[in-house]
Amino acid sequence: MTLLSIKNLTLAIGDTEILHDVDLSMQAGEIAAITGESGSGKSMTALSVMGLLPTGSKTTGRIMLDDTDILDVTEKHLCTLRGNVMGMVFQEPMTALNPVQTIGAQVAETILIHEGTTKAQAHARAADMLRKVGLDMSPNRYPHELSGGQRQRVVIAMAIALRPKLLIADEPTTALDVTTQATILDLLRDLVREFEMGLLIITHDLAVVANIADQIIVMQNGRVVESGATQTLLRNMQHPYTKALFDASRHRVDLPPKIAGDPLLNVKDVARDYPMPRTTVFGKRPKFRALDAITFQIEQGERVGLVGESGCGKSTLTHAILGLEDVQRGQITLAGSPVFTDNRPNLSVRRRMQVVFQDPYSSFNPRHKVRRLISEPWHLLPTPPADADASITRALREVGLQAGDADKYIHEFSGGQRQRIAIARALIVEPDLIIFDEAVSALDVSVRAQVLDLIADLCRKRRLAYLFISHDLTVVRGVTDRVLVMKAGQIVEQGDSEQVFTAPTHPYTKTLLAAAPRLPELDKV
Amino acid sequence: MIRYAGKRLLSLVLSLIAASIVIFAVIEVIPGDPASFMLGVNARADTLEALRDQMGLNDPLHVRYFNWVTGMLTGDFGTSWTYKTPVVDLVNDRIWVSLPLAVYALILSTLIAFPAGIIAASRRGGPADMSIMGATQLGVAIPNFWFAMILVLIFAINLRWFSAGGFPGWDNPALAIKSLTLPAIALALPQAAILARVMRSSLLDTLGEDYIRTARAKGLTRRQALWRHAVRNALIPVLTIIGLQFSFLLAGGIIIEQVFFLPGLGRLIFQSISGRDLIVVESVVMLLVFVVIVVNFAVDIAYGAVDPRLRSKS
Repeated sequence: MTLLSIKNLTLAIGDTEILHDVDLSMQAGEIAAITGESGSGKSMTALSVMGLLPTGSKTTGRIMLDDTDILDVTEKHLCTLRGNVMGMVFQEPMTALNPVQTIGAQVAETILIHEGTTKAQAHARAADMLRKVGLDMSPNRYPHELSGGQRQRVVIAMAIALRPKLLIADEPTTALDVTTQATILDLLRDLVREFEMGLLIITHDLAVVANIADQIIVMQNGRVVESGATQTLLRNMQHPYTKALFDASRHRVDLPPKIAGDPLLNVKDVARDYPMPRTTVFGKRPKFRALDAITFQIEQGERVGLVGESGCGKSTLTHAILGLEDVQRGQITLAGSPVFTDNRPNLSVRRRMQVVFQDPYSSFNPRHKVRRLISEPWHLLPTPPADADASITRALREVGLQAGDADKYIHEFSGGQRQRIAIARALIVEPDLIIFDEAVSALDVSVRAQVLDLIADLCRKRRLAYLFISHDLTVVRGVTDRVLVMKAGQIVEQGDSEQVFTAPTHPYTKTLLAAAPRLPELDKV
Repeated sequence: MIRYAGKRLLSLVLSLIAASIVIFAVIEVIPGDPASFMLGVNARADTLEALRDQMGLNDPLHVRYFNWVTGMLTGDFGTSWTYKTPVVDLVNDRIWVSLPLAVYALILSTLIAFPAGIIAASRRGGPADMSIMGATQLGVAIPNFWFAMILVLIFAINLRWFSAGGFPGWDNPALAIKSLTLPAIALALPQAAILARVMRSSLLDTLGEDYIRTARAKGLTRRQALWRHAVRNALIPVLTIIGLQFSFLLAGGIIIEQVFFLPGLGRLIFQSISGRDLIVVESVVMLLVFVVIVVNFAVDIAYGAVDPRLRSKS
């Protein structure tokens, strides 16, 4: 039975057409996945179904949910459908819940506004629902007391409390760690089977799509370019964009072999404590140990990966290596000199390290031209180089940009280009060590593949040593010689990348690898 | 919550101690010897010395601080040098004008600002929003004494609904409240304008939050989402402003007190400062600080009631 059928859906916000003739149909009890890169119109399609488009949106076409045309009913009617016949789960669990209401009350609200039950009954059913999604805790807890994965379970409980026929999940696991992602995906799959719901899942992650969906819908620039049953589509991709998308996800970087050198970075028995709020009024502040007994080396020309889930201490370690914060125990040296001396970063060491951050949109000052942005690290040098313009041009060319780009502002560039500029900024002082802090995590797959190729290319041209920090295991595997696995402030496993990924020894590494969704090998499908 | 309140209470006591030390120290370094001021420029040196002795001005600093604080704690605020009456009586007469006036003005300002801010935010960009924002612009720009004079002109002189000034005392509460009405309106309107703008922008921020979208996805109407999820979350910055405004209304009503001939605290401080009646200044300022700190304590407790995150952080 067809549950949802979208015909010729066109959406315009103001004068911009966002969706063009979108067609899609899914059966009751089916899991359909919409995938595509950012700006492809995935989320807008979902919001159209919910009738939650931004003000000023104009739609044409038909969205039939059972026998109701969503585009044709009043707002009042839509309110009776939302939460009741169709529910929605969003990407960011940290902000999706009202911070001043208990989780039980928020789940009960869905029941209360749609059904004429008493408050007590609604709360009892809410408590049941929370247990159903695997939350064994009091419904009187507040959202801030829960982790991201737990909050996402609350959001799911809210969305399915009335057993809707259609559940829409917009990037439900993108903000979560891999192990949490795996449990949430399992939960969604089980709920769909048990409640016989239709699940429309939106995700950019093709591995997730391939593992969970019965049907795949690929979107590009507001159009559906290809759709079909998962197995058929994986085996027989028609559209070049679909192929490009899967190729990019599966992209293996051609990393040149390591040219071994002298030891460069030496991290020895490092511990870092953060003070926590006092528990008694005049008592000592308890300490939280963010890093504990961290020991590792990076040689010149060595590419090292660092993986671990959120809160494991990756960022703290980065700060310590860069000399931004002192450590409580142990020492970090770069080519023999400590990174932090006399309560301040050691500048002569600091100029030999550069960092590329995750977010290409907020890590540049929007008022400066690219010329100034990428030459900023020269402030670390005693004297700026004589041939400044030539150096800037060289740095831009090296990352695949033009000399003329130096006089543009950052908003004129796409996310991938910005990350290239960030790399140019890091390269301009010819550092001994670069830290890539989730440097490709915010990028679309095709752009990510290009940036990774660029990094491999740079390794070919110069002897580059870097620490590549990422939560994405496949990416780390491709661009590193050696990998460190971190958990709760400690390095639980380190070794040759291929070996750690193929034959992990620590149970945590095994869990991580098992939880990471993998693209099926096409010839084996 | 009890733990949170206990911590706030402790910080209240510490703030009071710190404030009393600062006030005492500041009064000490202000030039001008009260004794010579009282006796005039031609006073004989030995008379002056005798008076200084009598007033305790020759005691060591810490003794005088200690006497001052213990005095206040037992309700003895000292005796005014110019009025020759106990400071307690002076303050007592006036606080019952200033305090009700401030509370009255604050209630009016909240009653105007909350609906105005909520209407403006929920109809963002519409005619209602435009007119409310225009009105608040005026309210912020117009000085309250000018506004007070206009009120007197219209409601006291032309319409004769209210008296133009003075305070009859609390023997007849209805009459007392009536005579405080025009001053309260004059004080409240500029505050209401500020508060309405804060309420509007805070509510707009909240309405853009993810959990409002979640609430809408549950099937709540725009209106339900606003009332059930946005308003309470928008209150935190508004409460901060209310706390600040109360302090301002209590001590800063001096101009309005002048316009309406009200015997309030503002006037008392002004007269005491010009008369170098330092014991009055010291005590009244300490009293105001006390009220402000207590109000801040109340605001902190209100934060805790609104936001569970603050309760558990402590």
